[in-house]
Amino acid sequence: MAAILILLAGIGVGYFVYVSQEYPDSRFHFSLGLDLAGGSHLVYLADTSGLSQGDVESSMQALRDTIERRVNLFGVGEPIVQTEKSSFFSGIDEERLIVELPGVTDTNEAIRLIGQTPVLEFKLFVTKQGNVDEEGTLNIDASYEPTGLTGRFVERATLQFGSQGSGLSNEPLVVLNFNKEGTDLFAKITREHVGDVVGIFLDGALISAPVVQEPITDGTAVISGNFKPDEARELVRNLNYGALPVPIKLIGTETIGAALGGEALQKGIFGGILGLLLVALFMIVWYRLPGVVAVVSLGIYLAVMLAIFKLIPVTLTAAGIAGFILSIGMAVDANVLIFERMKEELKDGKKTKEAASIGFSRAWLSIRDGNFTSILSAIILFWFGSSLIEGFALTFGLGVLVSMLSAIIISRTFMFALGNYQNRRLTRALFGSGTYF
Amino acid sequence: MLLISIGSIAIFGLNVGVDFTGGSLLEVSYEGNVPDKAAIDSRLSGLSLGNLSLRQAGEKGFILRTKTLTEEERVNILSTLSFGGQYQATQERLTTIGPTIGQELRNKALVAISVVIVMIVLYVAFVFRKVSEPVSSWKYGVITIVSLLHDVVVPVGVVAILGQFLGMQVDALFIMALLAILGYSVNDTIVVFDRVRENLRLNRDLNRKEDFELTVGKSLEQTYGRSINTSFTTALALLALFFLGPQATQDFALIMLVGVIAGAYSSIFLASPLLVTINTWRGNRK
Repeated sequence: MAAILILLAGIGVGYFVYVSQEYPDSRFHFSLGLDLAGGSHLVYLADTSGLSQGDVESSMQALRDTIERRVNLFGVGEPIVQTEKSSFFSGIDEERLIVELPGVTDTNEAIRLIGQTPVLEFKLFVTKQGNVDEEGTLNIDASYEPTGLTGRFVERATLQFGSQGSGLSNEPLVVLNFNKEGTDLFAKITREHVGDVVGIFLDGALISAPVVQEPITDGTAVISGNFKPDEARELVRNLNYGALPVPIKLIGTETIGAALGGEALQKGIFGGILGLLLVALFMIVWYRLPGVVAVVSLGIYLAVMLAIFKLIPVTLTAAGIAGFILSIGMAVDANVLIFERMKEELKDGKKTKEAASIGFSRAWLSIRDGNFTSILSAIILFWFGSSLIEGFALTFGLGVLVSMLSAIIISRTFMFALGNYQNRRLTRALFGSGTYF
Repeated sequence: MLLISIGSIAIFGLNVGVDFTGGSLLEVSYEGNVPDKAAIDSRLSGLSLGNLSLRQAGEKGFILRTKTLTEEERVNILSTLSFGGQYQATQERLTTIGPTIGQELRNKALVAISVVIVMIVLYVAFVFRKVSEPVSSWKYGVITIVSLLHDVVVPVGVVAILGQFLGMQVDALFIMALLAILGYSVNDTIVVFDRVRENLRLNRDLNRKEDFELTVGKSLEQTYGRSINTSFTTALALLALFFLGPQATQDFALIMLVGVIAGAYSSIFLASPLLVTINTWRGNRK
């Protein structure tokens, strides 16, 4: 009874794995690492030498946020931007920024995208048809026209607190001082458009839309964009230093063409399936009926693992798949151990159920010790390893854990469900193994 | 085997890849006609890129390893590889790793492996703590490590030889393979020791006197079937991966295959005899 339940549950999990892969908009697709899906992996060194120790962390955070905004702006699907400290073992103290861009296989494009300075633009609001959609919302992109005045003309930006116009609040203001060229341009714009709205855009997003009260000829502009003090400070810094809170330098890139990744994945899956079939064939030929049980329980094990990969989700990389394949080996091993023990008990003339029961309990110690050292290794590797080793350790550790459960729960339930038989010639032929009949 | 491996590591050294030294790795594939390797070699040597190595990858591709490339040099290489439009060369993969990252990766890998080894000795010693007669439990741990080193050194030796003659490189995937072998080998050895432990206990319970040597021999006999079967099934999966799997994991499968075979060998012919040797050695000194 329990065996049937487990079998049904296994089929259910397998069905979930299959179906969620078939539907294009399912939330539960396998998430593939860059080495399988193609994309760019960039490592930057952040120069924090100019910062005091206490500021490093917050600056790195600001750096991360800025880059992430920039990458998001570009419309890359599921980018990863993270900061990393050089590890203790390298002997040097470095702050790094890691950027992963799935699907971007043009490294230069990716580098350009990240290296660009924030774009500050002044645009004029124009009333024209089509800038308000049916629901009455303003289409911002369509209603502003470029003036040619950009952050390039900013000589200096400063942060001030105060109120603009009639406001009483003590809000943060960003004061811009234009250079000569910018001053002239700004004077011209404000002279011609008194009463119009000038939109100030940062990286394509509207941050402030003041109305021009009078021509400004002294080359200063004040932006009051309902900033939080931190945001204002960051903007000032970005404008002054051209780009980022911390200067960065590219120290490592990895780009994998989608074709290479896709081919690797396909061949890997094919090789893996064939390998599994060979193993299954061997198990059934050598261990006969228990072999069939093992193959069924391995099948359930596979389905469970794949479902876990989807649900957590675990990002699959070549290293991760290597760990997974190894854990399959461990799962097979557990079954082999059990069946060898069972065979010995059968030789002693025991009934099948008793032999199975003793076989399981005897093999358990070996399985426990072997798998515990494996899990222990996986944990340590996960702890110490770089991202590559982490991928391996995670799938390997998970795999061993699940395989242990599958061997002792699933295989066991099935073996017992087969019933209890007298130790006769036919029984031995069915339950024996190898050359033993 | 062990001697040949150590010898070839010592003589040839390892062909350490850009993952650990820093540098650039560029993989290109050709559409249609593929130029001769020698022709590419001679053209590349005209670019004065310093030390470089070129390796055929599959039927249509090449992997080029150089010092860290600038953007200009990369474009230059690509145009060189397409022989000015004669061939269709596409860049499939470009990895550039700064020297500090390479160094860090290497150190991290070494530390991780060392810590794992220490933990295994401790764990094995702990699990076998009740079996202190006639061989004390920590010795089981040490022997596990000895056979483990054997299993790791042999594939490293193979890579050293292949590195010398076929340009195989020690890269991150190679470390993965070693880690996998590590886990595998320990498992293998523990299974045998576990049986020794059980037989020792059985003897004690039955008040049976038996030479340690015999007990170990009996345990081996009871487990070698399992050792061979497990190794065989794993080897099957690896062979399938080697012949049919992607280019990227071919080296991985090969190294693992060597490791698994070495593992099966060492758990049968190395670990247990060592256990007996340690025991007799101690007996003689008394």
